Amino acid sequence: MTMIFGIPIQAFMGQILIGLINGSFYALLSLGLAVIFGLLRVINFAHGAQYMLGAFVALLALNWLGINYWFALILAPLVVGAFGALVERTMLSRLYQLDHLYGLLFTFGLALTLEGTMRWYFGASGQPYAAPAALTGAVNLGFMVLPIYRGWVILASLIVCLAVWALIEKTRLGATLRAATENPTLVQSFGINVPMLLTLTYALGAGLAAIAGVLAAPIYQVSPLMGSNIIIVVFAVVVVGGMGSIMGAIVTGYLLGVAEGLTKVFYPEASNIVIFVIMAIVLILRPAGLFGKEA
Amino acid sequence: MSTLLNVAGLNAWYGESHVLHGVNMQVNEGETVCILGRNGMGKTTTLRSIMGIVRKRTGQITFAGQDVLAMPLHRTARAGLGFVPEERGIFATLSVDENLMLPPVVAPGGMTLDEIYSLFPNLRERRNSPGTKLSGGEQQMLAMARILRTGARCLLLDEPTEGLAPVIIDAIGAVLRELKARGMTVVLVEQNFRFASRVADRFYVMDHGVMTHEFPVGELNARMDMLHETLGV
Ligand SMILES: Nc1ncnc2c1ncn2[C@@H]1O[C@H](COP(=O)(O)OP(=O)(O)OP(=O)(O)O)[C@@H](O)[C@H]1O
Ligand SMILES: [Mg+2]
Repeated sequence: MTMIFGIPIQAFMGQILIGLINGSFYALLSLGLAVIFGLLRVINFAHGAQYMLGAFVALLALNWLGINYWFALILAPLVVGAFGALVERTMLSRLYQLDHLYGLLFTFGLALTLEGTMRWYFGASGQPYAAPAALTGAVNLGFMVLPIYRGWVILASLIVCLAVWALIEKTRLGATLRAATENPTLVQSFGINVPMLLTLTYALGAGLAAIAGVLAAPIYQVSPLMGSNIIIVVFAVVVVGGMGSIMGAIVTGYLLGVAEGLTKVFYPEASNIVIFVIMAIVLILRPAGLFGKEA
Repeated sequence: MSTLLNVAGLNAWYGESHVLHGVNMQVNEGETVCILGRNGMGKTTTLRSIMGIVRKRTGQITFAGQDVLAMPLHRTARAGLGFVPEERGIFATLSVDENLMLPPVVAPGGMTLDEIYSLFPNLRERRNSPGTKLSGGEQQMLAMARILRTGARCLLLDEPTEGLAPVIIDAIGAVLRELKARGMTVVLVEQNFRFASRVADRFYVMDHGVMTHEFPVGELNARMDMLHETLGV
């Protein structure tokens, strides 16, 4: 058997793969957080709940309406994004003039409310969601066996992350978003409806969380608390990457996922805390994060 | 000549601090009007209040027959007002071109990119560099150019010559005369008296949040004593 660092290559690659899959979710979720924070200056504690809602939209759409995975992948971000827009317009937007702490508290309360409501209706246990037939099975790569669905998650996450990056860095709408991040008042004085832009940005962030939720449903099952488990790690990812940096959020997401996977190989006891250890080290050496600009 | 911008009894506040105390000002179509005044007298606040950036206001502001005071900030530009701030407001994360294309076109009749680049040749060479890599003079030109693209009828221009070399100031003067020839209306805030006398048709003098004097450029020499006294120049 081929060995790498004294470990069978199968096990090694398997953990890297698990790391990349976790990293795909970290990247998608921290990207949404970074997009929202960049423009709204709100730390969106409801992000995990929006991820959970995305998974539930897929599950309920299937169970109630017979809507398949592929449509759910489009439907869930639209539904959760629209819900996000409604929340921003009617509630969150009233808090912008106040201390940023209020936005954080509000979204935290929103997360608890959403999770509590879903738990009351659907119970706390996880419900399985089958991967679409086209993505079941596995391919043998020679050095390892790759479950097709997991490969798809990595690919889909990469595509979505790069698309959002291109939207923000390469398009005119993105230039408007970047300008509004720097000086919203001046941008609004040019005749651009900045309040609307804020609503759409929050909807975009929530929609990204929902896409992650649908991608996660066949892997982790669908449960009301699935978001609160992952979001703590995602906040650590965002701290390491640096708040508000789009590319930073994406790259850090994948890197830390892989770091977590590798720790499982070499020192399994530490794998649950390695991201937090990295966060602590980054906070000491580079408080603005790896990709953040020093204030 | 018809009045394009009419400001009457304008009061404005920053929080509790009352800064404008009943400003009256009329600007006619095609005119270049200059507001003079010492530091901290409320010149910038007047422009920001007209534009709607300062929100706590009472009084009247009408532009082209529309009540501007009641509009949300993103509507004033659509009514035809364009604001070039004192600090220029060039965006660091945007290239020169992105800065230029940022404000949406609000009316036909704005300058084309070719016209803008022939008026500001420096900008063409630096199209792809980040906005803040520009010199102070180039930033001022970019701040003006991006509003000229939009088709705004009236330019609110806050101290365009501040901190710039004489040759750049001359270039900005030439741009303002070109704009006047095209029929643009300009409200200019200026401390550079000599510059203002070359481009303005009419002057207002501002003191502690009110307009204390108003006179056409022809009376400038006759008003010198008053100006030296109120402006301390
Ligand atoms: N954001 C603000 N908050 C509170 N007070 C302000 C603010 N901006 C200006 N002021 C105050 O309002 C008054 C008028 O300021 P303004 O900037 O309009 O003066 P100005 O005539 O443009 O001066 P300058 O020639 O220095 O630009 C000043 O007393 C200033 O201290
Ligand atoms: Mg000023």
